[in-house]
Amino acid sequence: MQIETTRTGSALIIRILSARVDAAEAVRFKDVIRDAALDGPDRVILDMGAVTFLDSSGLGAVIGTMKQLMPDQQLELANLTPAVSKVFRLTRMDSVMPIHDALPPCDAARNGAVGQAHAV
Amino acid sequence: MRSDPDADPRGEPSHVIRESWRNELRILFPSGALAVRDALASTMDGLRHLRLDPEDRSTIELVLAEVLNNIVEHGYPDNAPGMIELYITHDPGGLSCVALDSGRAMPGKRLPIPHPPDPDQPPPSLSEGGFGWFLIRELSSDLSYQRVGNRNRLSFRLDLTHRIQSC
Repeated sequence: MQIETTRTGSALIIRILSARVDAAEAVRFKDVIRDAALDGPDRVILDMGAVTFLDSSGLGAVIGTMKQLMPDQQLELANLTPAVSKVFRLTRMDSVMPIHDALPPCDAARNGAVGQAHAV
Repeated sequence: MRSDPDADPRGEPSHVIRESWRNELRILFPSGALAVRDALASTMDGLRHLRLDPEDRSTIELVLAEVLNNIVEHGYPDNAPGMIELYITHDPGGLSCVALDSGRAMPGKRLPIPHPPDPDQPPPSLSEGGFGWFLIRELSSDLSYQRVGNRNRLSFRLDLTHRIQSC
């Protein structure tokens, strides 16, 4: 499970670098995101652009992550690939958290933002 | 990503046995979350020659993942050892699949009725589980379960949105 974080003014952007968020990865996923978001800003945006496969366990891990960040932080998703988008749509979990087609422009990496790569 | 110490130089994990005859793909592997990942990779590789539409490929991989992970979690709970077999045959309109294991029977020896979480519930009470069987039922057809002796036999069909051109 690899991530890369970028801190902007209003949000923490966490880019998931692993291609699969599945049953083998679900528990680690929750732990890694929780640690990365600790003491961070109110908005936590997961950039899912590199994730090509997510199963029901992966979906559960995203829901669990959203719940463990509450009530102080809001989890948002961006850049869902078609296969991942389909899982959220079929289960109607696309309505429980904000999902952006792309990273909101003001939150995209910009000058002065600090990038940090993690390998866990 | 993690490197698999059991993988052979061709990239095929050695604990997944894959055999192809004319129209049938057979995968045999030991239960485990990582082994399911390897088996899925091997299966999708074995289906590559069918030149499936990307949408169909992702549906097939998702349903197979749900079926196989369900066996790992409930058929062989707590990492109990056991083997899983998957048979896939194809015709121009879709894939017919059979998954076999010697693990615990389904409760009541019947298919579970899915109760997926309701997105209209307030988030704190939203369940993190219950999506698996919902996705299987939503994306497959002719779903059937039998307990045969000490084995579980789950069969289902995956209809394709784009027909296979050459079989």
